[in-house]
Amino acid sequence: MENKTLFKAGHTACAGCGQVIAARLVIDAAGSNTIVVNNTGCLEVLSTRYPESAWSVPWIHSLFENAAAVASGVEAALIYLGKKEAINVIAQGGDGGTADIGLQALSGMLERGHDILYVCYDNEAYENTGIQRSGLTPYATNTTTTPPGTKSIGNIRPKKPLPEIVLAHGIPYVATASVAFVQDVQRKVEKAISIKGPKYIQIHVPCPLGWRHEPNFTVEVAKLAVETGLYPIIEYENGALISRRQFTPKPVEEYLKVQGRFKHLLSNPEALKEIQRIADNNIQKYGLKVGS
Amino acid sequence: MREFLEGSRAVAEAVKLCKPGVISAYPITPQTHIVEELAQMVANGELNAQFVNVESEHSAASVVLGAVATGVRAFTATSSQGLIYMAEVLFNIAGLRLPLVLTCANRALSAPINIWNDQQDSISLRDAGWIQLYAENNQEVVDLHIMGYRLSEDKSIMLPVMVCMDGFILTHGMESVDIPEQDKVDKFLPPYQPLYKLDPAEPLTMGMLADPDYYMETRFAIQETFKDVLKLIPKINEEFRGQFGRDYKDGLVEEYYTKGAEKVIVAMGSVCGTIKEVVDELRAKGKKVGLLKIISYRPFPYTKVYEALKDVPRVAVLDKAVSLGAYAPLAVEIKAAFSGKKKSPKVISSFVAGLGGRDITLESIKEIFKKMTQKEVNLEFIDLKPELLKEEYGE
Repeated sequence: MENKTLFKAGHTACAGCGQVIAARLVIDAAGSNTIVVNNTGCLEVLSTRYPESAWSVPWIHSLFENAAAVASGVEAALIYLGKKEAINVIAQGGDGGTADIGLQALSGMLERGHDILYVCYDNEAYENTGIQRSGLTPYATNTTTTPPGTKSIGNIRPKKPLPEIVLAHGIPYVATASVAFVQDVQRKVEKAISIKGPKYIQIHVPCPLGWRHEPNFTVEVAKLAVETGLYPIIEYENGALISRRQFTPKPVEEYLKVQGRFKHLLSNPEALKEIQRIADNNIQKYGLKVGS
Repeated sequence: MREFLEGSRAVAEAVKLCKPGVISAYPITPQTHIVEELAQMVANGELNAQFVNVESEHSAASVVLGAVATGVRAFTATSSQGLIYMAEVLFNIAGLRLPLVLTCANRALSAPINIWNDQQDSISLRDAGWIQLYAENNQEVVDLHIMGYRLSEDKSIMLPVMVCMDGFILTHGMESVDIPEQDKVDKFLPPYQPLYKLDPAEPLTMGMLADPDYYMETRFAIQETFKDVLKLIPKINEEFRGQFGRDYKDGLVEEYYTKGAEKVIVAMGSVCGTIKEVVDELRAKGKKVGLLKIISYRPFPYTKVYEALKDVPRVAVLDKAVSLGAYAPLAVEIKAAFSGKKKSPKVISSFVAGLGGRDITLESIKEIFKKMTQKEVNLEFIDLKPELLKEEYGE
């Protein structure tokens, strides 16, 4: 098969890495007239270890938390050069670099109205530094900094509602996606870059190492997150919900039981109940059940 | 054209002449007037630039980083906490070898919070890989910005430049300043021609991971480049003299009555003006005193310092900063300049003054000259208030 991707093979991602699949989908949908600004994180480390780079587009990494701000400077420079109409700017990072340490820079970028697509690859922990808890780590997850024990269930907080926080900035396009649904990811990227202004896409990307599932189950695990209601796939344009992925809901155990990070919960009916409540709430809030 | 201007306005005029395409800044006293003036110039259409109002200094530095990486000349200014908040990005800019000029309106660091002048902020970033130039007055401020871009963007250098000007004393001081003509500046400073940039026509990867096999050479390369900076600054100053008529000699240090002097004070920034006045007064009385003004603190001109002071019996270094727990930062460099050398001043004393905006008066300087005896003084704080210290320790 002819290799036409802008994200080349030969990088050092783990087997079954959801993030590299998503990153390739994103850049191939955006096309070669794109400048990418990347936060520090797995994607940066695995794709640009000197002297090799996986990227066939202009790409820059500065720091952990400043991709949104660096991209703002890239965009301002392109406007100055009169080239902004012809070139897309994508800023991207993981969930930690986006929801935690980079949230201020992201908020600034959104509020200032830059013509930039921000992509958050959400693998729900600081996987690069060894599976520590982030603001997007789900409730009760076992991470290295939220280990379950006699006095703890694991991560005591639910995921930070980042798509809603981003949406509250009044930007023209906000969507979530999952690496399980390839065409949907690419359609959303194409749509986002066709809209002028700040755009945000958050993509759910399983991490076999951190989530402790078999590498060949990446897509299956991602799909279960969606079909249990734990990862709503939603799309907002100008503040209005314009699409959502509907399904026949499965019990959350089906998603939890295939991952080591939730293993401690399977004998804990209270925790399962709470997680089912989170899923049910999502299903109701966004009308995710088929026929709703 | 000679104008009577506030220092901040003079900076803005100089920056405008350098035609940056992107300006980004976050407000902090005493830097604000600089970026307010630039914002007005952009608003009036006098300066064709994108002015990006950001949510923090960290982002201001990141925005200009992104702009320069895209091939556009950029500018930012900050002070004190803002500079420290930028620190992570400033190291990154130097490591990426991106040319830039930043104005640091020197101000004390918190705590306790203090908005007044000293030089602890920029001094504490001396290891960031930035060229640091200190101005005595607002004419120098103007000229250092114009020369700063030339230096920074030189293909053999590609390192950022921090122009350090004392907060309030210079930023808010009114002085008569010659603002050069645009066509002369255009000749001296051609449009920025990047060595590399983010461009879909020629994709490249910037900011890669360098493992132990590669990292060390990047640091060595910057260290080597700083040697070239020491050679280039005098050449740029010579060219500047030809174009604009102002003479800063080699542009690394200024020697004020150092030849044959018995006592020389070494200092940086606006306090040099005060020292010059005292030197004039004492010289009129027949005292052999002088000043060595350090303009380039990074790279540090060790050879120039050695040549200027090797025959001076008594030297005093005046620091407007401290390196808490160690000798004063400028004093350390001056002493290092004589390490292992044949000739050396007999006495190199070290004084700290002016922290947090405490006035360094003519009397303060005279006191330092008086204290330049045969006995070496180390880290003596000038104009301390003993009564406050008593209160502090409950004695």
